[in-house]
Amino acid sequence: MTAATQTVQAQASPADHRGDVLSVDNLRVELRVEKGLLAAVDDISFKLKQGETLGIVGESGCGKSMTALAIMGLLPRPIGRISQGSITLDGVGELTKMREGSMKQVRGNHISMIFQEPMTSLNPVFTVGFQISEAIRTHERLSGEAVKKRAIEMLEMVGIPLPEMRYSSYPHQLSGGMRQRVMIAMALACRPQIMLADEPTTALDVTIQAQILKLMNRLKAEIGTSIIFITHDLGVIAKMTQRVLVMYAGVVVEEAAVRDLFKKPLHPYTAGLLKSIPRVDREAGRQRTLHTIKGVVPNMLALPRGCRFSDRCPDVHEPCRKWEPPLAAADEAPDGPRRVRCWLHRKPPTDA
Amino acid sequence: MPDTNTREPLLEVSGLKRHFPVDDGIFSRQNRSVKAVDGVDLTIAPGEALGLVGESGCGKTTLGRNIVRLDKPTEGVIRFEGVDIAGFEDRELKPYRRQIQIIFQNPFSSLNPRLTVGNMLMEPLMLHGMKDRAERRARAQELLELVGLGAQHFDRYPHEFSGGQRQRLGIARALALRPKLIVCDEPVSALDVSIQSQIINLLRELQEEFDLSYLFISHDLSVVEHMCDRVAVMYLGRIVEMAPAGELYRKTYHPYTRALLSALPVPDPTVEVEEIILEGSVPSPVNPPPGCHFSTRCPFAKPECSTATPELREFEPGHFVRCSRLEEIL
Repeated sequence: MTAATQTVQAQASPADHRGDVLSVDNLRVELRVEKGLLAAVDDISFKLKQGETLGIVGESGCGKSMTALAIMGLLPRPIGRISQGSITLDGVGELTKMREGSMKQVRGNHISMIFQEPMTSLNPVFTVGFQISEAIRTHERLSGEAVKKRAIEMLEMVGIPLPEMRYSSYPHQLSGGMRQRVMIAMALACRPQIMLADEPTTALDVTIQAQILKLMNRLKAEIGTSIIFITHDLGVIAKMTQRVLVMYAGVVVEEAAVRDLFKKPLHPYTAGLLKSIPRVDREAGRQRTLHTIKGVVPNMLALPRGCRFSDRCPDVHEPCRKWEPPLAAADEAPDGPRRVRCWLHRKPPTDA
Repeated sequence: MPDTNTREPLLEVSGLKRHFPVDDGIFSRQNRSVKAVDGVDLTIAPGEALGLVGESGCGKTTLGRNIVRLDKPTEGVIRFEGVDIAGFEDRELKPYRRQIQIIFQNPFSSLNPRLTVGNMLMEPLMLHGMKDRAERRARAQELLELVGLGAQHFDRYPHEFSGGQRQRLGIARALALRPKLIVCDEPVSALDVSIQSQIINLLRELQEEFDLSYLFISHDLSVVEHMCDRVAVMYLGRIVEMAPAGELYRKTYHPYTRALLSALPVPDPTVEVEEIILEGSVPSPVNPPPGCHFSTRCPFAKPECSTATPELREFEPGHFVRCSRLEEIL
């Protein structure tokens, strides 16, 4: 990231945030691991608009989950910390400097999160009703009766049959799809502004995934929650989101409206990913060989010089190994809403 | 018998059942069982890849494990090159073990962490009679080259490899004894997209080079479509539709297959798929619905569907469907 873009973002006035429920600026998340210190998230900035579903797509270790955990204030302790940047939530303020006590109020009330594996995120020794009620009680002063009523309403809302009966069920008595519905009920119990969904359907079968995705879209419309949808599945991205961030090795390499991204990916990594998924809907010419991206994701402790994708990029050229490109509008469309981190779309510096 | 190929089938499975008894306690008079595989017929020709898709709990993994004979079927025939191995005991099975191999889903738990890669690959060679150590070593190194890892990895341990590399090791191990059939149980499900395509390509190259047959088990229809010559769709222990891979997408007949395909998110935001969203989830295989197993979730179900069990019939040449109302609902 260049110094110039950093200052521009730092000086942005609060007025620029209108319509943005969340604004992440120059966020850097560091993890202290056995072999050293690595930046799991390295200087990323994005905004989440009111009522929008923003997708974050990338492969394991690209930093997408760490971004979500940083927003939630749930980075693994003591190894993880936010070393730079700010996270501004509309109507609440800066989250990175908030004390744990206040953060507890933010979580659940303003931002909530659902995880990939509903079995490990639900407490096995309490009934689902108790766990949803607990979420409600933490944030709202209601009588015991009212809390229970609200919890049952939530179970009904997420499409769980016989909600009164299911209120007293334990997590192990429910199927994977039902457990994920319970997680969603819990996440939405206090009608948060933002829901962070980290691979919410990855562990589910496709027909159940279809049910959950439909449910999320319906609830989004009913409650008016904005969603950050994290996944590795480009099919789910295409179906659920309006705007997408593509992450690679801790940085955003491309940001675009979902249609633009699939129609014409600018970054070679995005293009490679899109080409390497087998598709059933393409009738003609089932190609025998799938496109591949050669090599593997770089070691975060020993990133290549210059562009992080340069070792695997089919279009690598000289500047790519010298300088890391900034995430910026492409030279072809300097005023467009798309941003890409690639020297193919930006004139490289003449010399260092 | 479903067979579109003129060659003699390498594998012929018929009426295969695997029921697991359920422990209801010693006072229970009922003898209930989980009907994981409940009457499966299929064939695989030499050099053919048959895909097997279905959701969790449909019995696809159990079927795969029975074909490799890691498990013993309750009933039915597994004929490999004409010999029924379904009832064989360990000693009789030994010659077949080298012919039929398996690749597992999770490359992290299916490799022994205490064996170096070289020893892991040499072990089956020794067990199957390759006495000369130098010969074993040469073969192990050759295997590493074959799966694109390189002989320099010979003395390393599994934890030193990434997920994709470990899956390559799993493939090398399966290839060690020059098998004719490999059961691939979700071999790419745990891998990232960019790695997944590398492994799929590798499996295809190896198939061509050694004229391998695959039973390719996956929950991902697009991967199966791409990998396989024919695809079988399984629901609650039974095959409900089986067709040549390209055809299954163009001419989808069984209501379950239709729902499965429509639920598959298409990586193109401009494509609007008319979604058939199934209600509820898969019923318990302990107590599957009577008649057609899919009748409880089928949008076209009529009362008669829950009385008579439909047969898997050849609706069009090479295209088999298990639905008694198919003509009416098309």
